Amino acid sequence: MRTFPHGLAALVWLGSATIALAADAPSKIDYNRQVRPILSDKCFACHGPDSAERKAGLRLDLREAAIAELESGERAIVPGKVDESAILDRIAHEDPSMRMPPAKLGKPLTDTEKLTLRSWIEQGAEYRSHWAFTAPVRPPIPGAKANATTNPIDAFLQEKMIERGLEPAAEASREALIRRLTLDLTGLPPTPAEIDAFLSDRSPNAYERLVDRLLESPHYGERMALDWLDAARFADTHGYHIDSGRDMTRWREWVINAFNRNVPFDRFTIEQIAGDLLPNPTLDQLVASGFNRNHMINFEGGAVAEEYLNAYIVDRVNTTSTVFLGLTVACTQCHDHKYDPLTQKEFYQFYAFFNNLPEKGLDGSRGNAEPMIKAPSAEQTERLASVDARIAGLRRQLDDRSTISDESLMEWERSLASNIVAWSPFVPKTARGKKRTKLAVADDGVIVADGANPATEVYVLEGQVDTAGLSGLRVEFLPDSRQAGNGPGRSVNGNVVLTDVRVSIDGEPVKPTRASADFAQEGFPIEKAIDADPASGWAIHPRVGEARIAAFAFEKPVAPKKSRKLSVELAFESQFASHQPGRFRVSLTRASDPLGRNSLPAEVAAAIAIDRDKRDASMRETIAKYYRANIDPAGKALSAELAALASEREAVERSIPTAMVMKELASPRDTFMLTRGQYDKKSDKVTADVWAVLPPLPEGAPRNRLTLARWLVDPKHPLTARVTVNRLWQSFFGTGIVRTTEDFGSQGEPPSHPELLDWLASEFVAPERGAAWDVKRFVKLLVMSEAYRRSSVVTPDGLAKDPENRLLARGARYRLPAEFIRDQALAVSGLLDPRIGGKSVSPYQPAGLWEELMSRSDGANWTAQVYQQSSGRDLYRRTMYTFWKRTCPPPTLLTFDAPDRETCTVRRARTNTPLQALILLNDPTYVEASRHLAERLVREGGKTDAERAAFGFRLVTGRVPTAEESAILIDVLSRERASFHKDPERAAKLLRVGESAHDTTLDPRELAAWSAFSGVLLNLDETVTKG
Amino acid sequence: MDLFREQAMLATRRQFFGRTAAGIGTTALASLLNPRLFAADAVSGRGGSLTALHHAPKAKHVIYLFMSGGPSHIDLFDHKPALAKHHGEELPGSVRMGQRITGMTSGQKSFPCVSPMFKFYRHGASGTWVSELLPHTAKIVDKIAVIKSMNTEAINHDPATTYLQTGSQQPGRPSFGAWLSYGLGSENENLPAFVVMISQGSGNKTDQPIFSRLWGSGFIPSRHQGVRFRSGDDPVLYLSNPPGIEPEDRRAQLDGVGRLNQIAAKAFGDPEINTRIAQYEMAYRMQTSVPELTDLSKEPKHVLDAYGIDDSGVDGGFARNCLLARRMVERGVRFVQLMHRGWDQHSNLPTQIRGQCKDVDQPSAALVRDLERLGLLDETLVVWGGEFGRTVYSQGALTATNYGRDHHGRCFSMWVAGGGIKGGLTYGETDDYCYNVVENPVHIHDLNATLLRSLGIDHTRLTFRFQGRDFRLTDVHGEVVKPLLA
Repeated sequence: MRTFPHGLAALVWLGSATIALAADAPSKIDYNRQVRPILSDKCFACHGPDSAERKAGLRLDLREAAIAELESGERAIVPGKVDESAILDRIAHEDPSMRMPPAKLGKPLTDTEKLTLRSWIEQGAEYRSHWAFTAPVRPPIPGAKANATTNPIDAFLQEKMIERGLEPAAEASREALIRRLTLDLTGLPPTPAEIDAFLSDRSPNAYERLVDRLLESPHYGERMALDWLDAARFADTHGYHIDSGRDMTRWREWVINAFNRNVPFDRFTIEQIAGDLLPNPTLDQLVASGFNRNHMINFEGGAVAEEYLNAYIVDRVNTTSTVFLGLTVACTQCHDHKYDPLTQKEFYQFYAFFNNLPEKGLDGSRGNAEPMIKAPSAEQTERLASVDARIAGLRRQLDDRSTISDESLMEWERSLASNIVAWSPFVPKTARGKKRTKLAVADDGVIVADGANPATEVYVLEGQVDTAGLSGLRVEFLPDSRQAGNGPGRSVNGNVVLTDVRVSIDGEPVKPTRASADFAQEGFPIEKAIDADPASGWAIHPRVGEARIAAFAFEKPVAPKKSRKLSVELAFESQFASHQPGRFRVSLTRASDPLGRNSLPAEVAAAIAIDRDKRDASMRETIAKYYRANIDPAGKALSAELAALASEREAVERSIPTAMVMKELASPRDTFMLTRGQYDKKSDKVTADVWAVLPPLPEGAPRNRLTLARWLVDPKHPLTARVTVNRLWQSFFGTGIVRTTEDFGSQGEPPSHPELLDWLASEFVAPERGAAWDVKRFVKLLVMSEAYRRSSVVTPDGLAKDPENRLLARGARYRLPAEFIRDQALAVSGLLDPRIGGKSVSPYQPAGLWEELMSRSDGANWTAQVYQQSSGRDLYRRTMYTFWKRTCPPPTLLTFDAPDRETCTVRRARTNTPLQALILLNDPTYVEASRHLAERLVREGGKTDAERAAFGFRLVTGRVPTAEESAILIDVLSRERASFHKDPERAAKLLRVGESAHDTTLDPRELAAWSAFSGVLLNLDETVTKG
Repeated sequence: MDLFREQAMLATRRQFFGRTAAGIGTTALASLLNPRLFAADAVSGRGGSLTALHHAPKAKHVIYLFMSGGPSHIDLFDHKPALAKHHGEELPGSVRMGQRITGMTSGQKSFPCVSPMFKFYRHGASGTWVSELLPHTAKIVDKIAVIKSMNTEAINHDPATTYLQTGSQQPGRPSFGAWLSYGLGSENENLPAFVVMISQGSGNKTDQPIFSRLWGSGFIPSRHQGVRFRSGDDPVLYLSNPPGIEPEDRRAQLDGVGRLNQIAAKAFGDPEINTRIAQYEMAYRMQTSVPELTDLSKEPKHVLDAYGIDDSGVDGGFARNCLLARRMVERGVRFVQLMHRGWDQHSNLPTQIRGQCKDVDQPSAALVRDLERLGLLDETLVVWGGEFGRTVYSQGALTATNYGRDHHGRCFSMWVAGGGIKGGLTYGETDDYCYNVVENPVHIHDLNATLLRSLGIDHTRLTFRFQGRDFRLTDVHGEVVKPLLA
């Protein structure tokens, strides 16, 4: 056993390992670092903050209580007096049944721990509040005066390295540096040209210039967003049960942009927690508030809405606490915290901030869930404005009726008078929905739809009637009290979209060529029900809840010789799901003009029915307006143009994505504590507030999310900045200064370098120079440090003294995250589609993975049930855009430790498994990438095998191979070459993997050999590792 | 770098690579991974978190036959002759006691009780009651323990299945198999410790979805998540070489990767590289061991017949998965999770349940007998059941030939067999309406605690610290049901 420079004793914290050292004399015990972890882990469960579980009235987390006289008359702790402190007797008791902690807890104290407690009491049993709950005080930089040019990070790290006898490694090679930095700042590897430029840049600040260039790369935002997507539990589906699709594209784009624009972290926080509550929020700020809508959402049939409403709010509390506060509050949902001074009541006070949304407990079956907004892109907004301007212009022209003469109006009225159409109802013998709708026919021809209401449907009516001379038919959609809003549609808003009317007599089609309706929704004129497009149609919103009528005229009246079997099909096959009528009737006529007066809107018909000289101004206006828009030839042309524009507008509107956002109810919802966290066991009413152990909300501020958000980023807040800088540290060094990124409470691991953490937090919030909360500046500070730039070569001495590299005497070396590995393969092979933002895409995935798990019969009613592989460029987009289905996440990413995105994750595991090898060797993604890489080697890599091999090696590792490595590469190539030259058929097979075509100008056998060779490159440890 | 350091590093390199000096892919490497070398303690696997078991283990493996959707305990195991008297009568309020029911039947005006239309008989020396729907299960009753008093708080599929498999109704926790992989490690370095196989029920096409979280690893490292085995060319995803790549090409590739990685290991001194070298060799071996495992062509006909496996196009079905499960256990797979879908009989129960029982009855019984024949039943726990039971009252109209049943969590039936479980036992009792437990309730946490106990594990001591708390499969609940243990 080795001794310490000062010959000190007791405990040294190194990672999670506790190393006991031989003691000469007890040194000063640090409560927070040495005592609290023991008490917390082994005593607080029964003698801690949770009053319900407290045993023997003893509470050890507060000094006052710990030294007080107990029910038994003893005192657990008597400061300075080890003989009188009952706790020391009990932890060392000979009788196992008396010994603390009880055996059944399964956490016996080690001898070292007992010794620590004893020394601590001997030294006066001093308590300190938990380090993380006290605001950081900016510590002086060690040795700052001695060397002002040293990055403060290195000054702080140095002390412990010396203490541990570690010598810092030299700076990494330039090749290693640019690869490390480019991967870390953009998630992509450097190109050979970029490497060359850096190698030849002899200026003293070449590295800094590289950092600055990469921080300005648009891919920086993507890389930074990736970690944030984990934290925000971003996904493309709702996650529970049916797991239908959702669309939070705009939120993801907001995050990428925010990092690229370097939005200060305080604003980044406020807009995501409470963007909706800012004064006059911008669309972007509203979209940002979707952070707390990324949680899972359920609509399982039969589930209880309240139960899930509660689950969503709990998720918001947990996520917000983990991401910003590093606090694990989930246990206080049911009871007071066992280790930290957090109570169950406080959980529900915090919950109250998030319990005020106009949301349904069960929602999301058709995409995003309420509350949501339309979130157009800038381009879409512009297009809408231009269409609207043109519509307004046309409306003004239509309103101008100066060209209409009285004569023409009167003539039209006269034509109407002679044109009253007689209709007789068609009472079909059979009526059915082609899919599953049940239709029942009454004597008066009224037909009622019942049973299933599929997304699309065709009603088929058949009967025997005398068809001779029939000239047209009329469709009436009738009010239906069974429907929401009195129908007529069975859709959510009573609307109907009639896409086609197909008539046949004895099997011979009879074509309706003209049509008119008493009302048509803008963009859905009646003509669309008889046009060639089977999906376009006539719709009636917002004039629903009452009868709507349309008449259709046949090309010519039906000849008398025809038989009498009539079939009428009404098709409802638009993209608007289930827009079918609940009650309707079809009537027939022999009138010379079936459109006649019957299809006039009710108010026009009523006005016309009144003698001309008795009409008032508004009646005259009604008639003239109708005439101008529908009869007057010039006006009709304007109407047609208007209809076209309305369709265009509708198309733009439809393409606008929605975004789920936060929104406050007008009158706040009451919040109650829930006994044992059960949604239906309400107890005391509480109001919104923050954890008492943390600073209070500003007095007089409204108790809402905006106040909460501002409180989170108050410069005096003890947690937010520490937690944030620690997470950023983790992103670049692999492990946080506090390893438990998600837990800064007393059960979390203490910081490896507490002063460094506090200095970084202080520097982030209140820098000596520059702007506060500046993320890019902070990232630059990290990557400019010597610690970041060190060689990652592991020495036996370094490995022995610091196996996990917590002291950073060497550079960080670890496997790349899942997304980086695929992106790198796409990038080096030239396949990568670098477009930023946009909707998620579906790259290669083995067939049937989703379908084996999904609902089997009614899957067509939901989205994201069948995997529809993307094609073309979308196959090669960056992996952060891969469609994330929560109940069946992309298997290749999970295998490389991506989280399931069901709940917030701020720290990924890093495993090393054979399944990872199988993916990199056999997944078509990598096989296709290796073929493209091969083509690149042959085309760009030089003339000789050696040159090409070296080029490829450099593409994936950033460096030139050694002679030994080259020899191995050439050996692999010659083996593969021999194999494929023997068997060209196999070569052809290999080249067909993937959707993209291969370069046919190259010898397929050669290309196959180089592909197999390139597969080796993509599988190297150095390729998948940041080093 | 000074000379001393250089030398020290070399020495360590020799330690790292001494064992692979003979070349990768050789038995030398395998021995590095050989479970037996690590099996000095009672844990029979490698890489688990438990250094020693808490109790003498009875079982080493689990085969979990999960009946997704919630089989009707009333029509299968929970025989109540008295129910016939109440057939068609309203469910008394004194039985329901205001307990919540799902949104699917909460609007129903009438709750008519349904006595099953299937006959029950006593079987075996134990005289266990079994429905005529399960003639093969009836023949193994003396080997299984039927638990009639299972209960859960959940009444909907998502929370109930998540609860049964992970111990929590809300997502985020590791599944049972992941816990075992984490605690006990693997017994066969060429196969995953935790395998999942899914089959589609033929009784009910309107299936409930299932979710990969049911075999997920939650917050414990992802290597413990279940590996899905599927029918077809790639039993494990990406197992096969791509088209055109023959074993010789693959060998050339792996030799190249291995040699270059060895150089990297020397250059960087990072032990993780050695692990990666080993993982690549393991992947290569899996390419042989998995197809060997899933190839049933050498199984004798009488075995295939016993399971009911024929060429009728049910490949990938439950029967085949049962036989595969046995083959996996033979090869040391720790936890085999079968999922058979289609048990959600809200309507047309009589037709649907016949189809479901036909799917699973014969293979489940054959599995138990086959394990026994091979001497594996003693060390393998077989668990059969769904996430909840079904209501005694009819969902929808009750007619002479048809009825449906809604979800019911207050009581339901499961059976367990093998590894330390007392056979021929019927445990727990429900009221005359199969609605409430009246004797010896077994909560799903209790079942999990009991299963872990059979595996030699104290359920309170298989923990993983996450967010400052030591999580466990049984949350803060669970009592070992001692009467179930032999």
